[in-house]
Amino acid sequence: MKTKLSVLGRVYTFLIYFFLYLPIFVLIVFSFNSSNSRTIWSGFSLEWYGELFRDSVIMSSVYTTLLVSFISALIATVFGTAAAIGFFNMRGKMRTHLLNVNNIPLMNADIVTGVSLRLLFVAAFFALGRAFGAINGFLGTHLPVSFDLGFGTLLIAHITFNVPYVILSVMPKLHQSDRNLMDAALDLGCTPISAIWKVVLPEIMPGIVNGALIAFTMSIDDFVISYFTAGSKTQTLAMAIYSMTKKRVTPKINAISTILFTTVLVLLIIVNIRSLRQSKNNDAKQKKGILK
Amino acid sequence: MKSRAFAYPYVLWMALFVVAPIIIIVVYAFSASDGSFTLDNFSNMELYLSVFGRSFGLALIATITCLLLGYPLAYALAHEGPRAQGIMLMLIMLPMWMNFLLRTYAWMSLLEKTGLINRFLGLFGIAPLNMINTPFAVVLGMVYNYLPFMVLPIYSVIVKIDKSLLEAAQDLGAKPSTVFTRVIFPLSLSGVLSGITMVFVPAVSTFAISKLLGGNKTMLLGDLIEMQFLGGSYNPHLGSAIALVMMVVVMVCMFVMNRFGSDDEQVVMF
Repeated sequence: MKTKLSVLGRVYTFLIYFFLYLPIFVLIVFSFNSSNSRTIWSGFSLEWYGELFRDSVIMSSVYTTLLVSFISALIATVFGTAAAIGFFNMRGKMRTHLLNVNNIPLMNADIVTGVSLRLLFVAAFFALGRAFGAINGFLGTHLPVSFDLGFGTLLIAHITFNVPYVILSVMPKLHQSDRNLMDAALDLGCTPISAIWKVVLPEIMPGIVNGALIAFTMSIDDFVISYFTAGSKTQTLAMAIYSMTKKRVTPKINAISTILFTTVLVLLIIVNIRSLRQSKNNDAKQKKGILK
Repeated sequence: MKSRAFAYPYVLWMALFVVAPIIIIVVYAFSASDGSFTLDNFSNMELYLSVFGRSFGLALIATITCLLLGYPLAYALAHEGPRAQGIMLMLIMLPMWMNFLLRTYAWMSLLEKTGLINRFLGLFGIAPLNMINTPFAVVLGMVYNYLPFMVLPIYSVIVKIDKSLLEAAQDLGAKPSTVFTRVIFPLSLSGVLSGITMVFVPAVSTFAISKLLGGNKTMLLGDLIEMQFLGGSYNPHLGSAIALVMMVVVMVCMFVMNRFGSDDEQVVMF
């Protein structure tokens, strides 16, 4: 349905979009600045992009970010899908309680999740160090007695905040699917595992893929939880950006922004064109069906 | 049927990494550094009442601003043609894919004393305004970062409203303003409520935005907590107590909200 939007509405929409994009536009323009000022234009150059790629700290933080996002999204997807199937087959009360617990990381402020996980890790490391120390004294072994926050704790934190998103996007698909299909597969001699593998999974696949994508983007974008759980030696891109913004002003940040923005823009355009094509194909098929 | 066993590994994971951390926060909040029980962490919070006030105040202003700016936008979006809707939605989500630190950093260069806005005003002979390192800059940063969180849920509710309801109201003689106040707004309330929580919770707990745009003058709860764990004044017991109070207040707010709204929440992303 198309309603005529008043001129006022259009002007308003335009102003909001202007507000949303002006800062990003300025950021991008000044990534090509030849001096290191972020407000005075002194000529076009690509020098900051070169600097960015030569910066080993940033490059290794990009690697860490991609690695932790990929692994945590993968594990969270497997974990979350299994958990969603399990929850779905539980009885009412139990399921509600567990889903409520599952929602905690979504409702809590990031800083609370980050700080509480940090406390848990520190306490666990302390206890583990004590235990290993006792064993060492007893058996003369050389188990490590002190541990640091690092990639492992970062990964655990990311998995923890990613699984709820996977469950939230798989659950609706399970509700839409036909319960009888699973029973039919079991009646026809499937084991529960192969029934899930052959019947349930294909049906909920769109939800799983969607969940995996959400988990991956959430991981890439996270700053606060990583900041509290990664320790001092491991750094994600967001953490690197944070320490850069606090210190000296450098247009390298602008260069990162431009690269990220362009990547996302291109990806979004591809996704949109594909879905547009698909819907057009479907339309065409439907029309053919009608003609027949 | 044994398929519920698939959930057991994750139930164990939740016990370890969702429930246990919260228990530890509670334990820390109610104990002193030697491990004995104490309520001092809470009574010491009195010193930081101004921080509590500022945090909730600024987050409230930011949330209301987001609602006032976002509702008309969501409404306008929902009344566009399908193709324009797709593009405009994408344009709202696009900045969300850039890290919020970068979006906040972008405002630093605009708001600075020698920044672009002041240089632009200077062209008209207006003296430079003092914008960065003020509460205003912090609210601006919050509104800029979280506006999409308000627009998207409201939009997704308005777009689903049955158009025949509006026609029925008009046929029965309602003025456009009455149609809005009596039909559209009440039906979009669940979107408004989930928008409010999605803006308010990150806004009240932020520490990066206030640090980048507010300087040292605008300390918020997030900064206070961060300082107790990673900053100069290391005191995880006090930090836990503050985090606990914040968590409880937020949970109570959301519980009250959920009483009003419906509970069909979904993750909106693509």
